[in-house]
Amino acid sequence: MYRYIVRRVLISVPLLIGISLITFGVINMAPGGPIGISSDLNPKATAEYRERLKAYYGLDRPIYVRYGQWLGRMAVLDFGDSFSPDGRKVWDKIRERIPVTLSINLLSMATIFLIAVPIGIYSAVRKGSLFDRIATVTVFTGFAVPTFWLALLLMILFGVHLGWLPISGLVSLEHDSLPLAGRVADRAKHLVLPIFLAGFGGLAGISRYMRSNMLEVIRQDYVATARAKGLPERKVVFRHAMRNALLPVITILGLSVPDLLGGSVIFETIFAIPGMGQLFYQGVMSRDYPLIMGILTIGAFLTLLGNILADVGYALADPRINTGRTG
Amino acid sequence: MTERLLDVRSLRVAFETEQGTVRALFGVSFSVAPGETVGLVGESGCGKTVTALSILRLLPSPPSKVEGGEILLRGENLLPLPEKRMCDVRGKAISMIFQEPMSSLNPVLTVGEQVAEVFTAHGVCGKREAAERAVAWLRKVRMPDASLRAREYPHQMSGGMRQRAMIAMALALSPSLVIADEPTTALDVTIQAQIMALLQEMREQERMAVLLITHDLGVVHDFADRTAIMYLGRIVEIAPTRDLFADPIHPYTQGLLASLPGKQPGMKRLPSIPGTVPDLSAVPPGCPFADRCPFRQAAFARFRSGEAPADSLEICDREDPPLFEYAPGHLAACHYQRAARGEAR
Ligand SMILES: Nc1ncnc2c1ncn2[C@@H]1O[C@H](COP(=O)(O)OP(=O)(O)O)[C@@H](O)[C@H]1O
Ligand SMILES: [Mg+2]
Repeated sequence: MYRYIVRRVLISVPLLIGISLITFGVINMAPGGPIGISSDLNPKATAEYRERLKAYYGLDRPIYVRYGQWLGRMAVLDFGDSFSPDGRKVWDKIRERIPVTLSINLLSMATIFLIAVPIGIYSAVRKGSLFDRIATVTVFTGFAVPTFWLALLLMILFGVHLGWLPISGLVSLEHDSLPLAGRVADRAKHLVLPIFLAGFGGLAGISRYMRSNMLEVIRQDYVATARAKGLPERKVVFRHAMRNALLPVITILGLSVPDLLGGSVIFETIFAIPGMGQLFYQGVMSRDYPLIMGILTIGAFLTLLGNILADVGYALADPRINTGRTG
Repeated sequence: MTERLLDVRSLRVAFETEQGTVRALFGVSFSVAPGETVGLVGESGCGKTVTALSILRLLPSPPSKVEGGEILLRGENLLPLPEKRMCDVRGKAISMIFQEPMSSLNPVLTVGEQVAEVFTAHGVCGKREAAERAVAWLRKVRMPDASLRAREYPHQMSGGMRQRAMIAMALALSPSLVIADEPTTALDVTIQAQIMALLQEMREQERMAVLLITHDLGVVHDFADRTAIMYLGRIVEIAPTRDLFADPIHPYTQGLLASLPGKQPGMKRLPSIPGTVPDLSAVPPGCPFADRCPFRQAAFARFRSGEAPADSLEICDREDPPLFEYAPGHLAACHYQRAARGEAR
């Protein structure tokens, strides 16, 4: 098992370098550049001024030299400085966004799995029942409704008409003057809608996926064997069927790892949340190459990590997969 | 024959499918006495597995539906029992060995856990003792290195070993009836013989009755006290095995036995009889075997050629023949035989 993990990690290194090479190339080939923003529309910007700017950002050197420099810095985990006027470290800019995005995504993902898995299982066990039919209709509505539109509707309902929930930001103005319990409640209220909406689409997908897994497993011979032993239906479902139906979910969980730090531009804009999505959007619009590369590299890293976690998790959970446990 | 452990009476089962109702059992009746082995023989698709699963009420419903009949276990009808009482019957009074040892064990539980579960499910003993008893049973069915093997998963075992585990599971609570649904069909020939020998030995040790489903006439010849021949969801002939092999009455049985080379008991598969099994969803009225029946064809040919003034077996196309007792315990469902030799009784 350890050997297997070490091998997977070693393979990931060249993969990560390959991915960064391609993204670096694509970003630099994209039209426009960091210089354009401050000089294109500026009548006073002379050709000489542009050259000075380019030299200042290091853009006068050939792309392979720049990539080499970037890679050299990455080797010591230095993401470089942002091209934006504040010129702050890329890592600092990313780091301050992580808590917000991570907590929203973690909570919404937990909500998705805690709700969708039982719904899927129950729908499969009671296939064709009223519950199953209601769940099916809801799920397809969930797929079909654009979430940004739903977000606006819910904001109007809960924020404006009912006045139960705040509609923007992460905390209220008076947050800092509240006692601890009040601060927690305040934050929670701000997060309800974003978390619900971030989870909405996933909820539909995972519950359907779980339902079809479970239906597949319930037809298996070994489920009939379990029943033939005289096990009550509850045990047949939870001990024999569910374990098998949950195995593929491990893969999905692993593949969701990169989403933990991925922000949605649309949600963050609607709810005025200062998250990763907003940061990335700003970075792209101003062609802030170091910032873009930083965020994309973290994404690529998390994707590879998620894949390894998924495979290792699966191997631990499914005795049929032999990864050389003994070796 | 007077004392009946299991008594299946006019069992009719159908499946509601998207293409309409598919009838699988058309009034199946037979009984099993305590300690007796009854063979149930028939071509693939004739309804053997459906019969077995119906007895344990393991057919998923929907799509399946019991349209009529009774299944009596020591006189008590199982069909109306609440699910909870049925769980007590399964595994304890009646247990089952399935056809596919490769897919009948749960891949994520160890074999020992799966055998032990039979004890805990019926509240026989606690977990620890159940695990010990499971190993003891694995040893009893001659699983090599039983205590080690108990901790292995099904995929680490051969088909024969898995079937041994299935047998251990089925026998663990010494049920009065074991239903073995083609227990050796999926196995290699040499393993088949070992598994049958094991079943034979266990049957004698535990004094249990066996409903032995197979399509291997050699197997029933060697193991069954009585044999039922199934065709298209019906039992067309049932008799003490010796009588059935000596004097088959139904033309289908006659065909099966005639094509057994030398009639020697061996590992011979069901021989082919001319014609094909009709589709169950569109069964015409009359005797289900009529289109393949030599008696029916001969009578029709005589009529067509003018040799006979009337079609003497026209009834075969109209009426499904009922079972008729030709000799003590020897029943068959055939209009021709009834006319030819049956009226005496
Ligand atoms: N789930 C099902 N849905 C529809 N028809 C079924 C189903 N299971 C069995 N049948 C029907 O019952 C017939 C008998 O099947 P089965 O008892 O499995 O045959 P066998 O004698 O080979 O064990 C099949 O030919 C099939 O038409
Ligand atoms: Mg079968």
